[in-house]
Amino acid sequence: MTADLLTHVLRQGDRALVLSHRLAQWITHAPTLEEDVALANISLDLLGQARHLFTYAGEIEGKGHDEDHFAYWRDAAEFRNPLLVEQPNGDFAVTIARQVFHDQAALLYWESMTESTDATLAALAARARNETAFHLQHSAGWLIRLGDGTDESQRRAQAGVDAMWPFTLELLGADDEGALRADGLIGGSIETAWRAAVAGTLLEAGLRTPTEADQRAGGIHGTHSEHLEPLLEEMQQLARAHPGASW
Amino acid sequence: MTTLLDIVRSVDDPELPHVTIGDLGMVRSVAIDGRIARIRITPTYTGCPATEQIRADVEAAVTEAGYEPDVAFEMAPPWSTDDISPEGRAKLHAAGIAPALPAGDGPVSLDLPVECPQCGSRRTRLTSAFGATACKALHRCDSCRQPFESFKAI
Repeated sequence: MTADLLTHVLRQGDRALVLSHRLAQWITHAPTLEEDVALANISLDLLGQARHLFTYAGEIEGKGHDEDHFAYWRDAAEFRNPLLVEQPNGDFAVTIARQVFHDQAALLYWESMTESTDATLAALAARARNETAFHLQHSAGWLIRLGDGTDESQRRAQAGVDAMWPFTLELLGADDEGALRADGLIGGSIETAWRAAVAGTLLEAGLRTPTEADQRAGGIHGTHSEHLEPLLEEMQQLARAHPGASW
Repeated sequence: MTTLLDIVRSVDDPELPHVTIGDLGMVRSVAIDGRIARIRITPTYTGCPATEQIRADVEAAVTEAGYEPDVAFEMAPPWSTDDISPEGRAKLHAAGIAPALPAGDGPVSLDLPVECPQCGSRRTRLTSAFGATACKALHRCDSCRQPFESFKAI
């Protein structure tokens, strides 16, 4: 199967939406007030990116669906986000490791998309790239502080990196988007640049890059871990209890 | 004479009431076609929750001026803090918010020292890249010991 542009846009929109919800779950639980505000801000940027992507998905699909349809009225098997972003928050180090892996991939993705032949995606990319640069500066800064901190923070940071590593390969590009790439709709592979950048951050943090083993994938094809359904249940509950409500 | 462009530009930003959307450089174009006024605005951040309110406020202002509003948001080219007018920068400074450094083309490091809007010192530190709104960062001044906000260069 070859993925079409709609599938690609939904993969990116679902990635942003699901991670946005995960980060929102930190609100009132973060280690400091400033961190609470920071995670909420990053969550909000991701939600904004998801809204633009879903609105565009509705235009591509041409069935009159708006952004809310894609967020609230699809079930887990219809979501196309990579498995990484649906993984539970864990402790703060797990969240930061997940965020560094994600933000580095997202930054490279949006950079490559500024050259897309699709004018809507290229315009969004120019905006989202600069937002994502702030996110990465924040998450990488934390990983370096945790890794280079106390014995306890280093132990937890390494555990977070090790726990999230098996979900990284799926972030680095789909195997069925070659036709979109050939048409210039999406950019080239980000894998080499991602590996180099993440290795640099881990080195600076004094953390080990995990060895390649047991990579897990499937989310971008709709096969999810057990963690997505409860997340969606929470996120979609209000919209489904009161269909069409506005406030 | 007050033009429709002036009216649209003078709509307050809902989250920064001391500056207008004109000061922030968010108004891209105003075109009058008979009774219809086509207004094009650019959002600051993709997730800025103020955009819906800005749309409603612009529509109300245009309707009051006697036109039928057709308001749409444009993403390209992306908004930049470089689009904030000199008056906008002065108003932000007066409100205790350090205006953004020049953004240029790409992402700007947050580590550059920002001038304290209260005492003018450059002995300031970034507390957090994320503040009360998407567009601002938090700082602390080591000279006057006051916290302050800045506009992030983007």
